Amino acid sequence: MSSPAVRVRSQAAFETRTLLGNGEQLLVSLILPAMALIGLAVSSTPDLGPGRRIDIVVPSVLALAVVSTAFTGQAIATGFDRRYGVLRLLGVTPLGRSGLLAGKALAVLVVVVLQTILLSVLGALFGWQPNLGGILVGALLMLLGTWTWVAIALLLAGVLRAEAVLAVANLLWVIFAAAGGLLYPTAKLPGMVGDVVRLLPSGALGDGLRDALTGHEGSLLLPILVLLLWGLAATALTATFFRWDDK
Amino acid sequence: MSWAAPEAAITCVLGPNGAGKTTVMEMAEGLRRPDSGVVRVLGTDPWRADADHRRRVGVMLQDGGLPGSVKPLRLLEHIAALYGTPGELPSLVDQLGIDDFRHTSLRRLSGGQRQRVALAAALVGRPEVVFLDEPSAGLDPHARLDVWDLVRSTRDRGCCVVVTTHSFDEAQRLADRVIIVASGAVVADGTVAEVGGATGLEDSYFALTRAPKASR
Repeated sequence: MSSPAVRVRSQAAFETRTLLGNGEQLLVSLILPAMALIGLAVSSTPDLGPGRRIDIVVPSVLALAVVSTAFTGQAIATGFDRRYGVLRLLGVTPLGRSGLLAGKALAVLVVVVLQTILLSVLGALFGWQPNLGGILVGALLMLLGTWTWVAIALLLAGVLRAEAVLAVANLLWVIFAAAGGLLYPTAKLPGMVGDVVRLLPSGALGDGLRDALTGHEGSLLLPILVLLLWGLAATALTATFFRWDDK
Repeated sequence: MSWAAPEAAITCVLGPNGAGKTTVMEMAEGLRRPDSGVVRVLGTDPWRADADHRRRVGVMLQDGGLPGSVKPLRLLEHIAALYGTPGELPSLVDQLGIDDFRHTSLRRLSGGQRQRVALAAALVGRPEVVFLDEPSAGLDPHARLDVWDLVRSTRDRGCCVVVTTHSFDEAQRLADRVIIVASGAVVADGTVAEVGGATGLEDSYFALTRAPKASR
């Protein structure tokens, strides 16, 4: 007889192994962020603003990796689980629907921790020196960002058909990476665009992690508030509109 | 539509496509909320059921519900862990011949092989009630006999087994009780002999479910 916590842990372990064994998932969670890190570290364009370049690049790539795993990877995986009836099957086991979603979220968190460690080590090889005082608040931002982006992923996966989820999740990843404040600071975007992007969960996560890990913790209230509001809104919308099958 | 399935018996539900078989099964499985009427499984409303209820119920879905990238044993071990019944797995794997394709991911299995994994997933929790949606569809004749033996032995240990099927052969060989549904209503309910009468199950079925073409 297993308890709810044991079942959720079991589901998280099952999901984590499935995620780590999936080549496309590894590509989007680890290999593409690592390539972005190396590419931005060895080049001098685009201009990322004042300060040591690598100290701006690594938090930016960590933000991108959170969105890769929590949003793009999870939206696609859940969209196809829904298509193939996996959500229905596991939802009627003792795990239940809430346990299934909790297991998925926990698995994403485990992968985010693993990719953060690996990308941080890679960053350190390129000379990254994070502001140690900002690590705790950086971890809080990543936790908030993971929750928010998983909620957005589940909303997408629970409403659209699997093929549409695949297309939208990949397209948004490219847009957010390039112009959503993940890899490129919102302050460097043109006027109004920067102001809008700052209020998106991508801009908030990117700016927040850059500020925290480069020693500008004073300006972190806005990113934290933005992520919190998006997280609450996406969670409420997911709870209302998520459908367990796509018939 | 009103019917009940007794314990320690196999109840086969037959009916044309669109008759409402899968809809009723999904309501009993807790996958669909009824618009009206009452569904009870083991005395519980399945839509609001808790983990203790779900632990007593096994489900084999028509679309399988199997994740493509996973290998059969890993999925079944995981589901057995969720039910807290890992001891059930070896004999099921043996009876259903799953060992033969244990190293192949579910997406690469044939329809019949996936069908056997889905059946094992429904039974691995040693349920008191099990819902099987077309359990032998797509199976070769040998595998079908193995599946029928397993369904009978599940009944013999006291389980309430509910099977939807389009196969008269399956219903005749398995059913302790047959329910025929058409256009959302029960049109026959009894043993195979009672429902089949003098003409047999197949003829009864066609007589009871044939709608005028204009109204189809």
